[in-house]
Amino acid sequence: MNSQKFDHFVRRFVDLILLPCIGLGIVLVLWSISSATWAKELPSPTKTWEASKPYVVEPFAKRGEMDQGILRFTWYSLQLVAKGYVIALLIGTPIGFFLGLSKTFTKIFDPLIQILRPVSPLAWLPLGLVLFISMGKEAGTYGALFTIAICSMWPTVLNTAVGVRAVPQDYLNVGRVLKLSRWKTLTTILLPATLPYMFTGFRLSLGISWLVIVAAEMLTGTPGVGGFLWQEYNSLIYEHIILSIIVIGVVGFILDRLMSLVESRFKTA
Amino acid sequence: MSFLELKNVSKSYGGTPVLRDVNLSIAEGEFVAIVGYSGQGKTTLMSLIAGLTKPDSGSLTLSGQPITGPGPDRGLVFQNYSLLPWLTVAENIELAVKAVFPDQTPAECTAHVDKYIAMVKLSHAKDRRPSQLSGGMRQRVSVARTLAINPRILLLDEPLSALDALTRANLQDEISSIWQSDRKTVVLITNSVDEALLLADRVIPLTLGPGATLAASIPIDLPRPRDRKALNHDPQFKRLRAQITEQLLGFGASRTSSTTRKLVLPDIMPENLDAPRVNRPPRRLSEEKQETVVSL
Repeated sequence: MNSQKFDHFVRRFVDLILLPCIGLGIVLVLWSISSATWAKELPSPTKTWEASKPYVVEPFAKRGEMDQGILRFTWYSLQLVAKGYVIALLIGTPIGFFLGLSKTFTKIFDPLIQILRPVSPLAWLPLGLVLFISMGKEAGTYGALFTIAICSMWPTVLNTAVGVRAVPQDYLNVGRVLKLSRWKTLTTILLPATLPYMFTGFRLSLGISWLVIVAAEMLTGTPGVGGFLWQEYNSLIYEHIILSIIVIGVVGFILDRLMSLVESRFKTA
Repeated sequence: MSFLELKNVSKSYGGTPVLRDVNLSIAEGEFVAIVGYSGQGKTTLMSLIAGLTKPDSGSLTLSGQPITGPGPDRGLVFQNYSLLPWLTVAENIELAVKAVFPDQTPAECTAHVDKYIAMVKLSHAKDRRPSQLSGGMRQRVSVARTLAINPRILLLDEPLSALDALTRANLQDEISSIWQSDRKTVVLITNSVDEALLLADRVIPLTLGPGATLAASIPIDLPRPRDRKALNHDPQFKRLRAQITEQLLGFGASRTSSTTRKLVLPDIMPENLDAPRVNRPPRRLSEEKQETVVSL
């Protein structure tokens, strides 16, 4: 290994491993100090690890409805998120296209969207439960899906709309000169030109779905990371709250990275 | 009878007259160049002929038929190439060929596309995307795409203005030789007097706006094929160039014009803390900016 390569290796090691570890270390120290001094109920890092061990080393174990390995819970949550997210995309993308294409449509629905967009998932969930009350036992699941879909579709709607509006007039003129049909213009020009924006929306939407699932599970008591978190809070096992938070964060981060990879594939010049 | 005819065509945008009483008559097979300053309605004139915009008053006809909308009988080569970035060179041309000749068999279509790619000497790059091509190559693809739909008239809207001088000269020669071989009617819009003199049968200066119009046309009786090196010493060429340049300057070189356009900035949430630092405050959707571009 020559010295230049070595330097490069060292720099990458420092940037990617050493510096992030320093950040982690600072948080661990503050956490330990806090649990030892002013927040007596906060379990220390070591206690957290000991209490979490069975859930982490056997991540897919199933010991009971609310006593399962952490990845098994994560898997339940991800399944619910996937469903809600797909619904959000299926509804959000066409709405975004209409908003981008039609000024009238924008004038009709934009104020409504701007009002509904900032509404918290915690506010939507009760409405979802009421909407699907006839489903009986399944009301919780449907309510959660409704909440995920309605909260996470806005970035897709808005980014798609912006993307459609940002399609260069020149591209559309190409279609006009060639007298392409409306359908052909949509599939060969509008859609590919909007894809990069759409995928940015998809990525942001995925982040929100993951945010919403935790809240939805907490309120409905569905098995999943969020449900687990809330149950352990009620059972006074605070170590598991921290475990859940870490898992939620890591999963959210991985989802975001995966979507970025997909997104970057659709970046056109 | 003239092939392309514009009679008293006027067009204004938002109360500002851009073109006023434009009259133009072009014979079949003629190469006409329109020269003028930037931002004086040259592109508007081209959009009108292409049918992409409608005139406020006046009439446009192509071989007696009124122009009501865009169509493949008028092949427009755009200033900024307008190639679809997600398609390869061949796919870009194929899209046009398939749209205009829907009855071709796949084999005929491929042969047709290949022929025009070869015409602009890009056979080696047919599977590349526009982002992998240089500016000159992109414009050649754009020219090939337009020629491939076999238009009755070729509209070149400042096709070479974004290119460097050497590439520009090469492409001028290519356009010249392609024109010599099939003698299509061509309208070239340019801001280069030399380019106009090299290529055109007739040069028409565009006066300064607002409310620009076409000045009297100047026939270019230089013999073809025109060689750019020899032309530089040709007294006739020098005389024409001086005449046209002076005429253009006479329209008011001291005048500047400015166009103001509205920019809506995207609403961006910071997501990446690694982003390079920029010396300006972050901007948001709520700030609708106005940008003023001053051009001579």
